Amino acid sequence: MPATEAGATAATPLPPRLFQAGRHAARICNACRYCEGLCPVFPAIERRLDFTEADLRYLSNLCHDCGACLDACQYAPPHPFGVDVPRTLAAVRRASYRRYAWPARASALFARSGLALLLGAAAAPLLFTVVLGVLTGPDVFLAQHSDAAGGFYRVMPHDAMVGLFGAVGAYAAVALAVGLLRCWRDLAAIPAGGAPAGATPDAVREALLLPHLGDDGDPGEPHWRRLWHHCTFYGFLLCFAATSVAAFYHNVLGWTAPYPLLSVPALLGSLGGAGLLAGPAGLLWLKLRRPPERHDQAQLGMDIVLLVLLFETGLSGLLLRAWGATGAMGPLLGVHLGAVAGLFLLLPYGKFVHGLYRFLALLRYRMGA
Amino acid sequence: MEPGRTYDVLVAGGGNAALCAALTARAAGASVLLLESAPRHFRGGNSRHTRNLRCMHEGPSEPLTGAYPAEEYWRDLQDVTGGRTNEALARMVIAGTAECRTWMAAHGVRFQPSIGGALHLAHTNAFFLGGGKALVNAYYRAAARLGVDVEYEAEVCDLRIEDSRFEGAVVTRNGRTEIVPARAFVAAAGGFQANREWLRDAWGASADNFLIRGTPYDTGRVLRALMDGGAATTGDPTQCHAVAIDARAPRFDGGIVTRVDCIPLGIVVNARGERFHDEGEDLWPKRYAVWGRLVARQPDQTAFVIFDARARGQFIPPMLPPVEAPSIRRLAAPLGLEPAALERTVMAYNAAVRPGTFDATALDDCATAGLAPPKSHWARRIDRAPFYAYPLRPGITFTYLGVQVDARARVIWQDGRPAANVFAAGEIMAGNILGQGYLAGLGMAIGTVFGRKAGEEAARHARN
Repeated sequence: MPATEAGATAATPLPPRLFQAGRHAARICNACRYCEGLCPVFPAIERRLDFTEADLRYLSNLCHDCGACLDACQYAPPHPFGVDVPRTLAAVRRASYRRYAWPARASALFARSGLALLLGAAAAPLLFTVVLGVLTGPDVFLAQHSDAAGGFYRVMPHDAMVGLFGAVGAYAAVALAVGLLRCWRDLAAIPAGGAPAGATPDAVREALLLPHLGDDGDPGEPHWRRLWHHCTFYGFLLCFAATSVAAFYHNVLGWTAPYPLLSVPALLGSLGGAGLLAGPAGLLWLKLRRPPERHDQAQLGMDIVLLVLLFETGLSGLLLRAWGATGAMGPLLGVHLGAVAGLFLLLPYGKFVHGLYRFLALLRYRMGA
Repeated sequence: MEPGRTYDVLVAGGGNAALCAALTARAAGASVLLLESAPRHFRGGNSRHTRNLRCMHEGPSEPLTGAYPAEEYWRDLQDVTGGRTNEALARMVIAGTAECRTWMAAHGVRFQPSIGGALHLAHTNAFFLGGGKALVNAYYRAAARLGVDVEYEAEVCDLRIEDSRFEGAVVTRNGRTEIVPARAFVAAAGGFQANREWLRDAWGASADNFLIRGTPYDTGRVLRALMDGGAATTGDPTQCHAVAIDARAPRFDGGIVTRVDCIPLGIVVNARGERFHDEGEDLWPKRYAVWGRLVARQPDQTAFVIFDARARGQFIPPMLPPVEAPSIRRLAAPLGLEPAALERTVMAYNAAVRPGTFDATALDDCATAGLAPPKSHWARRIDRAPFYAYPLRPGITFTYLGVQVDARARVIWQDGRPAANVFAAGEIMAGNILGQGYLAGLGMAIGTVFGRKAGEEAARHARN
């Protein structure tokens, strides 16, 4: 029963219909318990007698949206009880993203993911390329930079790059940190009735290995969704590591880019780039294959924008690696930097936050909530 | 379903027993058509509402703890049935449960340890991960892989039986009726508990107030057709397994979430506000199934369990919250009870409660004195606000009447001869083993063991 979120501001409570649908489903799950062994959502439900909005937000961020409970549910639509835990929790989860987002005004981006998609995935790289081209001038921008060192910086000066991306990164970091804090405050306020078990190490293991990220439909099939998610997540981390090592090389060791194919940043970047190609493509493919009743239309744009931006970042990064010594380098650098800028600016207002909030929810679960 | 094709094996039904039969027959090389009367979303009969399988096992084996030897299993069965069981068939089922889990797992069923609120079953019952619908879905996927033809909303309404031989089934589908021939027939279409008229035959008008806990598609038409065709019957035709469930539950298909498990923690009154049975007679798992019949005998087939703040949170909450009020008097009105009558009953009960040490997990010494009927255990005063109530109605799980079978799952005709090509499995023949009473997870045990046996024998017959 996805309720519309239009018009709601970040701190508003859940729409009444969504709250009722969530509580209805959770009460039925609490009475049934057949899904207890599937994932932490159900044991967490059993620790409660009834469900507040904060409880539902907590449950929603525990849910990995694998769909196994819907497949198993004797009360799933068209049963008159109409229990659809993944879909209901997805709507609650979206509302929680908006509630935790900073600044509140920007949280509207969650609801306008179509616009965000356009801005982030298409406009940002394009805009960045055009602006960069104009500022640099076509002579330099489209020239063939065959020298090993400093080609990138002739197109965009190092200090400008550091300044711009430092600011973008800092903004993303602050916005994400505020979201994390708000999420934790929300989670910390719900009672922990169960016995604490293993807390941090288990939550970290579950966040890194995703044992509950199953596939849609046949639970016996290989877990493609988990594989593609790992490619995406670890690809992202490797690319981030590549950039960090490169920054260290440049600023501390004084070695300038581009780095040889077998250097640490190049290896990390290539591996990460490959992950960012395979992972998001795989996840998109699985999303398209989902049966219609498993699609959450309101969430689709938000999911796709992150995947497309990650794919774009990976692809443009790898192409830059391959064609860095050709006349295409300037435009490719523009696309790549534009994609990275769009990605980081949208990180706090898109699907990316699920990783952070899910980790906190898993931590809270291990603390007995 | 291909028009004009004669399948080796025709299976009527779409639950656990039907699927076990279809999968086994197909694996033996037979062509198989399975006809499920429900639409796809509601496929699986009452198996959809099940959650475990009672398994014999000699030592700990995942997900089961301890051991459950065949003799203990057999004694439990004798206890609950009061001896109304066919020992040879019962022992066959018990032995079959020791090895069927491997087969189930190979066909996609996954198991989990005993779930919350059912820990007393940890050493006897293997729980299905995700419950019975997950099991049913796994079997349908396996059926698709193996090439079993499945038709939904296809109801077997009658059978063509000539000279004690099955010739074909009369099937209604898409508003059309046709005769589907086959070399062998497996009847696995459940009991008749969703057939209100049939229930009325046994229970009279009070049957109209029964709620059916499971599928609305168990109309008993295949059972009736077999009886009309000359099959011998077994099991009490007037009895059904009934528990007390939340009266606000839907007429059909409410399943486990409407069960009310707090009767030992409170008192139960009828529409006159009077108690009528010992709520603390025995441990709840041994007593929950008597309350359906007890409530069925009360005026309007209705009753109310009353408890106070002490009991809140001490039992698995049903899906709907209880009726709540700050005093017993105020609790009466929303229940439609006379406030003075309810107050009188609670006061008399409270006055009769003797001091004791409460222990919900054992037969404790908290009892009433000088009260009729008594409350023998877990009797505590009901005086701590707020006060709560659940309205109760009888919830029918299944019926006992079935067709007689032999150890090869062949239906027995009234003259005592086994049918050549008619087999039965699941609830439609469970009365052979469970003539009365109930053991958790036994229905799935009978369905699995006899389903596989029926599939094997039907394939053997059809391919010879």
